Amino acid sequence: MTGPLLAEFRDPETLSRALAQVKQARYCVLDAFTPHPVEGLAEELAVGTSAIRPVMLAGGLTVAAFAFALQWYSAVINYPINSGGRPLNSWQVFWLVPFEVGVFAAALCGVIALFWSCGLPRLHHPLFEVPGFERATQDRFFLLAAPEADDEAALDLRHLLEAAGAVVVTEVHQP
Amino acid sequence: MSAVLEQELPPPHRWIAAQRASDVEITQAVADPLFQPAGRTWWLALLASLPFVLWFFGSIGWLFDQGIGIWGINSTIVWGVAIANYVWWIGIGNAGTLISAMLLLTRQQWRCSINRFAEAMTLFAVAIAGIMPIIHLGRPIYAYWLAPYPNTMALWPQWRSALVWDFWAIVSYLLFSILFWYVSLIPDLATMRDRTRTRAGQLLYGAFALGWRGSAGHWRKLQTLHTTMAALGVPLVCSVHSIVGLDFAASLMPGWQEGIFPPYFVVGAMYSGFAMVVVLALAFRWGLDLQAIITRRHFEVMGKILLMASIVMGYSYATEWFMGWYGGEHSDRSLVAFEFTGTYAPLFWALLFCNVVLPQALWFPAVRRSLPALFAIAIGINIGMWLERILIIWNTLSHDYMPSLWRSFHFTFWDWSFLIAPLGLFAFLFLLFVRLVPAVSMFDMRELAHREGAT
Repeated sequence: MTGPLLAEFRDPETLSRALAQVKQARYCVLDAFTPHPVEGLAEELAVGTSAIRPVMLAGGLTVAAFAFALQWYSAVINYPINSGGRPLNSWQVFWLVPFEVGVFAAALCGVIALFWSCGLPRLHHPLFEVPGFERATQDRFFLLAAPEADDEAALDLRHLLEAAGAVVVTEVHQP
Repeated sequence: MSAVLEQELPPPHRWIAAQRASDVEITQAVADPLFQPAGRTWWLALLASLPFVLWFFGSIGWLFDQGIGIWGINSTIVWGVAIANYVWWIGIGNAGTLISAMLLLTRQQWRCSINRFAEAMTLFAVAIAGIMPIIHLGRPIYAYWLAPYPNTMALWPQWRSALVWDFWAIVSYLLFSILFWYVSLIPDLATMRDRTRTRAGQLLYGAFALGWRGSAGHWRKLQTLHTTMAALGVPLVCSVHSIVGLDFAASLMPGWQEGIFPPYFVVGAMYSGFAMVVVLALAFRWGLDLQAIITRRHFEVMGKILLMASIVMGYSYATEWFMGWYGGEHSDRSLVAFEFTGTYAPLFWALLFCNVVLPQALWFPAVRRSLPALFAIAIGINIGMWLERILIIWNTLSHDYMPSLWRSFHFTFWDWSFLIAPLGLFAFLFLLFVRLVPAVSMFDMRELAHREGAT
């Protein structure tokens, strides 16, 4: 049983072409690693859309509702003060604090959702063992593809990647 | 690192002033200065800013010991430099996130060379701004009473008070800005982790990079989050500075109780903040040799934005005067007359000159392309905006309804301290920032270079 293969490319165009070929040959493409976002790559890889935005909305609304309820409870029930004849439930200005904290809470929920869905923080990853992978954050474009089961398929995939322009193809243990 | 990205004329690309800018060259140009020993200029600048930092904290210590009577405030002019500083600093602080978020949402590609340090500017400026209302409190040890917490006095904050709104606005905005800045920093921290040679650097950058690997799925999620945060950030910024405007507008004072204040404060914030971005960008470009990444075109575009903002500011001032006259209230009308002819009239004319007249020079393309001219105008705008903030306070408080209460403000040494010393702290924090974190977003620059065909 061979592990998945990590192919290194010089530019995003070669990577995209190789990705198309590997998909055409019906190998399983696991992931791609690039130093900057490459348009359309995530769609090609069929990475599922994440629920970051709904999480942000839910988190923001919940905290905003809590902030409003807290103000209402303290100003109307628990500690009513007649301040210049203003109504106890001054709901018009009670919107200010919920808006501010709600936006912050939405952002915080978004960041947590990002980390959760990306599996970060994960300070060590088997890919970091691959020599040259540090260039994935600088100037090289990597494609991770898994062959079927047998060694022959692995060899075919390796040839395919090399023919597609890969500089180096490395086998990765435990993706 | 101009040696890496050699500047050649005429620039073949719109936003990159180099013939070629490959991924490696961009990475080197931005990241490598951080791995080399800091130059003499940096050390001299740090040494020069250090006394101001000590001065600032020393002043705060003296203030806590003596009370706010050390300032020139009196029983009539109860607000002074601390509040003007607060409004001015948070204005600068608002601009970083606002600029970055608005340019991201409007897909302005040139943003990527200025957004990182504009956001850092936000963090430092908001942090300094947050100190100001606290030190202005008569009893700063009770600042935490602004937060609702279970206490033996069974007290709650007064939610109808503008001070409480301020507290939540500053705290939320500062924390939001940190997150917004950090999210776009993670991929660049990973680059730093992978480039650094020292163990300490690898541990430090590695820990903050959280194991980022540049996976296509991760990129997509990061971009989703970043644009969504930008979309939330724009209304947040507007609301934060509107709340600052409400500190004044929610009062009953002549010249303050005006519906125009929130939007007028937001425009002023963007204006002074953009001027500060221009100043910092010029300093960066020179200090870090980023001529190829921060191009003259960038400054030309920023000059146009400053011009537009100055026109809107002029319009806002004119609206204020018109409404003062049109409203027919004696106190409002006499306040406008007092602004133009009263105690602080020279400062008021200086403010109009700096904010409205001087930036009109930006109509001329030659001025927009001249970096010294742009620098002078940006400094002028920052001075003008500070004058605006202090005069909003002084004019109204010096010319209240009761003529028997009319007094004027006199600067003390400690007013000067709280005006000047925070600038040194700001410079100090910025100098540390440029040595620790890539000052330009590298992954955005790589993407831009690929799009412009510069690789």
